[in-house]
Amino acid sequence: MIAEAGHYALVLALALALIQSTVPMLGARWGDPALMNVARSTALAQLLFVAASFTALVMLHVASDFSVVNVFENSHSMKPLLYKITGVWGNHEGSMLLWVAILALFGGLVAAFGNNLPLSLRAHVLAVQGWIAAAFYLFILVTSNPFLRIASPPIEGRDLNPVLQDIGLAVHPPMLYLGYVGFSISFSFAIAALIEGRIDAAWARWVRPWTLVAWIFLTLGIAMGSYWAYYELGWGGWWFWDPVENASLMPWLAGTALLHSAVVMEKRNALKVWTILLSILAFSLSLLGTFLVRSGVLTSVHAFATDPSRGVFILLILCLFIGGSLTLYAWRAPALKQGGLFAPVSREGALVLNNLFLTSACATVFIGTLYPLALEVLTGDKISVGAPFFNLTFGPLFVPLLVAMPFAPLLAWKRGDLLGAAQRLTAAGIAALVAIAVLFAWTHGGATLAPLAIGLAIFVIGGALSDLAERMALFRVPLATAMARARGLPRATWGTAFAHAGIGVALIGIVCETTWNSEYIGTMKPRDVASVAGYQLKLDDITQRQGPNFREMIAQFTVSHDGETLQVMTPSKRNFTTRDSSTTEAALLTRGASQVYVSLGDTNAEGAIAVRIYHKPLVLLIWWGPVLMAFGGLLSLSDRRLRVGAPKPAKTARALQPAE
Amino acid sequence: MTRKQRRLTMICSSLAVLAVAAALVLNAMRDSIVFFSTPTMAAEKQIPPGKRFRLGGLVQPGSLVRGDNLAVNFSIADGSATLPVAYKGMLPDLFREGQGVVAEGALDASGVFKADTVLAKHDETYMPRDVADALKKQGHWKDDYGAKPGATAASAPVQGTVK
Repeated sequence: MIAEAGHYALVLALALALIQSTVPMLGARWGDPALMNVARSTALAQLLFVAASFTALVMLHVASDFSVVNVFENSHSMKPLLYKITGVWGNHEGSMLLWVAILALFGGLVAAFGNNLPLSLRAHVLAVQGWIAAAFYLFILVTSNPFLRIASPPIEGRDLNPVLQDIGLAVHPPMLYLGYVGFSISFSFAIAALIEGRIDAAWARWVRPWTLVAWIFLTLGIAMGSYWAYYELGWGGWWFWDPVENASLMPWLAGTALLHSAVVMEKRNALKVWTILLSILAFSLSLLGTFLVRSGVLTSVHAFATDPSRGVFILLILCLFIGGSLTLYAWRAPALKQGGLFAPVSREGALVLNNLFLTSACATVFIGTLYPLALEVLTGDKISVGAPFFNLTFGPLFVPLLVAMPFAPLLAWKRGDLLGAAQRLTAAGIAALVAIAVLFAWTHGGATLAPLAIGLAIFVIGGALSDLAERMALFRVPLATAMARARGLPRATWGTAFAHAGIGVALIGIVCETTWNSEYIGTMKPRDVASVAGYQLKLDDITQRQGPNFREMIAQFTVSHDGETLQVMTPSKRNFTTRDSSTTEAALLTRGASQVYVSLGDTNAEGAIAVRIYHKPLVLLIWWGPVLMAFGGLLSLSDRRLRVGAPKPAKTARALQPAE
Repeated sequence: MTRKQRRLTMICSSLAVLAVAAALVLNAMRDSIVFFSTPTMAAEKQIPPGKRFRLGGLVQPGSLVRGDNLAVNFSIADGSATLPVAYKGMLPDLFREGQGVVAEGALDASGVFKADTVLAKHDETYMPRDVADALKKQGHWKDDYGAKPGATAASAPVQGTVK
């Protein structure tokens, strides 16, 4: 009954999406406010029905109703409640349902809070949202219906893939989807602007917060996924340049570029056509990511669905939306008026440079991800493009970007003073040089690139701090005045500083982890001691334990450093009987930002166990950086300008309320 | 500067960045791309020792030998040829005899494939796509590959046999 209700709600949502995608367009064409207002009510109703449908699936999973195929294949009655719920999106059908639910949520938010948008713009934006939603509802209903029943229901389910039974999974996919799907809003705004042939600073002021929301979630989602891979997959890596990771990195790069170009458009009314293109690209890359993951053209940890008909369907959606939007762009973009002149050395110029490097870096990731696929289709040769390729292309493109980054906020709009900016960065530059010198002396004859990279990171962080110090005139006016000025600074300025510093923090973590990582791999018997980077790990005991839906072998280590006992670490190996598969649960010991990482391998006949121990210096900075960046984004989002700056609606438009 | 000059500066700098990016990509393509082979293809192509490639196939049942200090030897087979593989380190959770694997590394002078990474996916029905394609091409593909490993693996888990 619940399954049928959920299915029916989804069909109704499709019907609503079809209405939403056509009626408001006609209304805008004929100038009929009543028809245009249909967009608002259908968007809200659609959200209601998708939410109902999603809730139905959650209820089926919680109740372990194995007469539903989706529940049977991905759940187990012994599974803890949390994983029963998160398992809803741990499979293809459920995660697509989450995708459309989030799409409807964003549509609903625009409908609910878009009262001060020009009526026709809102109608167009929501209509485009309706197109996307309709395409994905059709996809779910035709190829991946999560509510299908089994004729003769089995007693027990097949359980969820054990690596997905983790708290990281509860958070990572929804975050990522909020990011991916969030870019649909800027996409819809871009298409609406192209259809209307009109775009202005108010448009950018509207698009920027939505982009920022999507960007914050995508940043956190990627960081979360990376940390999950780090502790769950058991080999201590945090980024594999796996195609599916690249699929989330590409929209992030395009979205970061979009955030910056939208600033130029909002402040200076320049780069309009480019901003529109980036909005289209960011969402196209999100769609591409969905295609890569869902179609099964790539094999990776994430590709849990491989069905050709689904792949073809998503490919069609992809071609339709990307092709259609780019055609519309080619046709209509020349009609948009160009604005705002600026000199090459200026804030605008610096932001253009940022866009150039980000999009180039995005293009190299794109090539590295799709070239093997293209080559296989064309010549049949199978190649793999791994970390070395990306280190050689992505790395060098990010270096000039990071060098230029501290300068941009210090340059004036229209015409900047590069020398002046350089003078104001003297302190940051000196700090960076000192760091490089100290590191060279300290590591003496070790890696040469690492100290330079850390110097660059210090320069980036120092630059962000210098910008703040400059703005509050620290050290030039009395401290109290400076503090007052600090409070008076726009939150967006603080946001910029945090986000930029976050990049530097993450870079330090990345460099330290990859350069000064030490590891021990070997077999150990009880009472053996392994020592890594000054830590002694003594294997006390190996025990067996029965979990809710798995058996677990736990090794207990006592960790000491300089003779002082620190903590007991218990890495384990879990064997999931239903799926007959095992996972490695690594144990982590955190000291400051550094971690000791222990994971287990196989046991041999003599009872010795294979052990892998890492000491990863400052590894946590890799994820603190993105958290700082997201925090910066949040500060920027709370800026007064974005809350009160949006244009007020015309009185006449308000008077006509939709018939609900 | 006039509007035209400014636009020219912008276009030139963007072209310069794009050219650098293209050069980096082409350079990296030349040096860091790894081809995929099955044991049969490796024998046909006469891959020289020291050249890195990915070797995929099924782990030959009964070929797994564990040495001291995590050294492992096994053979990768694709139905018509086999190639011995030497690896040192921890095997992935789902490495099993009779299952598909992909190893990355290079041949040494004696014809043994020295692997530095061994990949297997975290899924019991997994067969690396490259391996599946290669097996299908040679007619060794059975549709029950997905179901079969579960039965064999239950009796011979990851621990394997130490000889």
